[in-house]
Amino acid sequence: MIRVQEKPFDVGAELAALSEGRTDIGAVASFTGLVRDIADERSVGALTLEHYPGMTEKKLAEIEEEAKRRWPLKATLIIHRYGRMEPGEPIVLVAAASKHRAAALDACAFLIDWLKTKAPFWKLEEGDGEASWVDARSSDDEAAARWVPPARG
Amino acid sequence: MNVKYFAWLRAKVGKGAEEVSPPEDVRTVGELMTWLAHDRPGLAEAIARPGVIRAAVNQDYADPDHPVKPGDEVAFFPPVTGG
Repeated sequence: MIRVQEKPFDVGAELAALSEGRTDIGAVASFTGLVRDIADERSVGALTLEHYPGMTEKKLAEIEEEAKRRWPLKATLIIHRYGRMEPGEPIVLVAAASKHRAAALDACAFLIDWLKTKAPFWKLEEGDGEASWVDARSSDDEAAARWVPPARG
Repeated sequence: MNVKYFAWLRAKVGKGAEEVSPPEDVRTVGELMTWLAHDRPGLAEAIARPGVIRAAVNQDYADPDHPVKPGDEVAFFPPVTGG
């Protein structure tokens, strides 16, 4: 399931809902991204996420489909926020549920690695009285690249 | 053709979206970007540094040689930084 929303979300409730009423799921792996108050040694007062409505949902759905194609998953969840948020708030939650842990853990890492390089979001950091757009990191490209070519399993 | 700009490129161009009608010899993403840059200094400045600006055509990532045609939605933006 894909959700792109402005309002905060409750990680515990979202993960509980993912496997609620299901007895075929033996493993749920998740990643939660939070707003930090320090980035590259600069203090961050708030973060504003801009995105490309339409393309965002399309790319997240493609990433989810690719995860389901590569691993035997029972359920997946991607929630990504946009708008302004403050340190400590959740930005993103990805989760993968499977029969066993290996598929769930690998798929979870895949979801966030691909999301970071393929989903059209941009971060604007506010701190020390000024706002600046966050630069892309080559380490994110490297993290995404480790899932190419397709893994088998 | 509907053109969109995001993040700091939107700020540099001064708008988030616009309708444009490029001449017929503008057939690719790269040609469209060059044509648009003629009277959009913010865009010209951004594309002067190679590899900084990414593009999408109809909401899929597209290389500079990807074709564009009337009616397409073409977006220009810096590398993504979500997650």
